[in-house]
Amino acid sequence: MLKIDNLHVEIEGGEILKGLGLEVGKGEIHAIMGPNGSGKSTLSNVLMGHPRYDVTDGTIEFMGEDVMELEADERARLGMFLAFQYPSEVPGVSVANFLRTAVNSVREKELAPMEMYRLIQEKMKIMQMDPKFAERYLNEGFSGGEKKRNEILQMLMLEPKLAIMDETDSGLDIDALQVVSKGVNELRGPEFSAVIITHYQRILRYIEPDHVHVMLDGRIVTSGGKDLALTLEDKGYDWVRQEFGSAAQS
Amino acid sequence: MPEDKSIQELGLEEYKYGFHDPEDYFFRTPRKGIDPEIVAMISKHKNEPEWMLEYRLKALQSFLDRPTPQWGGDLSDLDFDEIYYYIRPMENQGRTWDDVPDDIKNTFEKLGIPQAERDSLAGVGAQYESEVVYHSLKEEWNKAGVVFMDMDSGLREHEDLVREYFGTIIPADDNKFSALNSAVWSGGSFVYVPPGVHIDIPLQAYFRINAENMGQFERTLIIADEGSYVHYIEGCTAPTYTSNSLHSAVVELIAKPNARIRYSTIQNWSHNTYNLVTKRAVAQKNATVEWVDGNLGSKLTMKYPAVYLTGEGARGEILSVAYAGDGQHQDAGGKIVHAAPNTSSLITSKSISRGTGRSTYRGLLKVHEGAVGSKSRVECDALLLDENARTDTYPYIEIEEKKVNTEHEATVSKVGEDQLFYLMSRGLSEEEAIAMVVNGFIEPIAKELPLEYAIELNRLIQLEMEGSVG
Repeated sequence: MLKIDNLHVEIEGGEILKGLGLEVGKGEIHAIMGPNGSGKSTLSNVLMGHPRYDVTDGTIEFMGEDVMELEADERARLGMFLAFQYPSEVPGVSVANFLRTAVNSVREKELAPMEMYRLIQEKMKIMQMDPKFAERYLNEGFSGGEKKRNEILQMLMLEPKLAIMDETDSGLDIDALQVVSKGVNELRGPEFSAVIITHYQRILRYIEPDHVHVMLDGRIVTSGGKDLALTLEDKGYDWVRQEFGSAAQS
Repeated sequence: MPEDKSIQELGLEEYKYGFHDPEDYFFRTPRKGIDPEIVAMISKHKNEPEWMLEYRLKALQSFLDRPTPQWGGDLSDLDFDEIYYYIRPMENQGRTWDDVPDDIKNTFEKLGIPQAERDSLAGVGAQYESEVVYHSLKEEWNKAGVVFMDMDSGLREHEDLVREYFGTIIPADDNKFSALNSAVWSGGSFVYVPPGVHIDIPLQAYFRINAENMGQFERTLIIADEGSYVHYIEGCTAPTYTSNSLHSAVVELIAKPNARIRYSTIQNWSHNTYNLVTKRAVAQKNATVEWVDGNLGSKLTMKYPAVYLTGEGARGEILSVAYAGDGQHQDAGGKIVHAAPNTSSLITSKSISRGTGRSTYRGLLKVHEGAVGSKSRVECDALLLDENARTDTYPYIEIEEKKVNTEHEATVSKVGEDQLFYLMSRGLSEEEAIAMVVNGFIEPIAKELPLEYAIELNRLIQLEMEGSVG
């Protein structure tokens, strides 16, 4: 599904990712954990094609296709999705209008308005959102929790093949976390893969990962099953730095 | 026709509404430029009363005496001697659709007027060249005593009303361009709404310039008598021509006590048009006047709709949106004068600049001594789509009264890389993403327009932006 090899990324001259490699198979949920500054958000932005980052080396393949030269919208149409940590506000554009435009731009054939309406209602119900929410302007004045729910709502509407979730759990209370997790689990199946990027193990209680990777200083330093997340919770990132810090700097 | 060639050379694609009919005129002034002889010729051709001729000649003198304004936009390429000041395309005014000649119908068809007719958008007054050729007014309005006709007919059929109010809100010598309009005006709308009459469906007029080097000087006067309500809508598109065109209108509104006038305009001039318009309204006791003003296209627009709040409790509102693309300058804003107690006003101005486009907000808020308890709020927001785009704000505020409440807020925003990335990550192309941000930006104004005009405004802005993504 997703294959990243020897990825080197710079922003404003500083190297953030230093030879990162990762393979995500079809239907798999991967968690990438790491301390602040390890390059987690850079990875999610680069995967989706943010123009501010310079990829200096390496490859990113999605379903066997090299996506490195593709714009974000082209990647979205292939089935990639990024749940943003800090989604932008777009004043004057309602959530419903945005969802309609987005869904129709990734689909080959436009969805009939009534069907669209029904779909929005259905997905909002899963996310336990008030129907009035659809008329609010996109992310404007949203609380942190509302923004994250709105991200997952978009994911449910767009039905991507691969979702990258950039610290979707940060700043969420336990109720919101459960709702967000429910949204992700809704899509879980043989055709859906996800990369959950997080600082904490907490979200992994609700979305059980198949694989856990630890990221440090721009690369993945160790991988394992879901137990790795628990070990990390017990021992903390200092343990990772001691164990793998020297390797990361070599 | 020589014009055909030059238009070909220009490339019609550049301006979607740049189609153009054979110029088959019924009457046109024998030469370009303006002098008393030309003015007299226009007046004679229209069989006007003597007082109007005198009014025109006096205005002409004022126009000639006044220097070209040096503030605002660059008018140095505007050559007053290279313009035909009056062209009349056909002999009589069309009363029904069937009376309208085919080539004019074609033009309207391209602009979607027949649809508007079919959708029973009610009274359509359309200006073609210097003359209104097509007018229809719903029966019930006639019965209610509502007058909606072109200004020339208004002068003929309601001379007393016209004489009483014409030029009282905007005197001929108010500024150089109001003087020019007063000297050579032709067409425009005359509206009178009797006391207590509410017109629920907007009155609509379409304007169109269709002659090279021809200025369009329409003159509109709307009188809303006590307790009445009217919404007047005007939309304009102009075809592309090789040399500079001038559009200089004068619009006067009078809202008598408890009356409400809403005047909505979407203007989309071709990119070589100078659009220099004077618009002013008086709101008497407890009356409301609202200007909704969309400015697209043109080379330079200078337009500052004004509301004079002369009666206690009067309210004025100005909503304006401007789009300045490559090489364009939109110098727009609003002017509110509080001259009575407990009056209130709101100016909302939004501008979008792209490429080398420049938009200027120029506004005046004046509160006279004694206008106690007045409230005013000015909000101007600029959106820049490019590094080279430019915006300036000149908010003049003169307050002579202490017991008032005024607020001013100005913001400048850019379409950010992160914002675009966010929208594109959901499958929108760069162009669609920018259009979405822009449509969201103007939403507060679009939602004040009837649906079909809101759609038209969004569509026009999209057309203007098409192909300009770098």
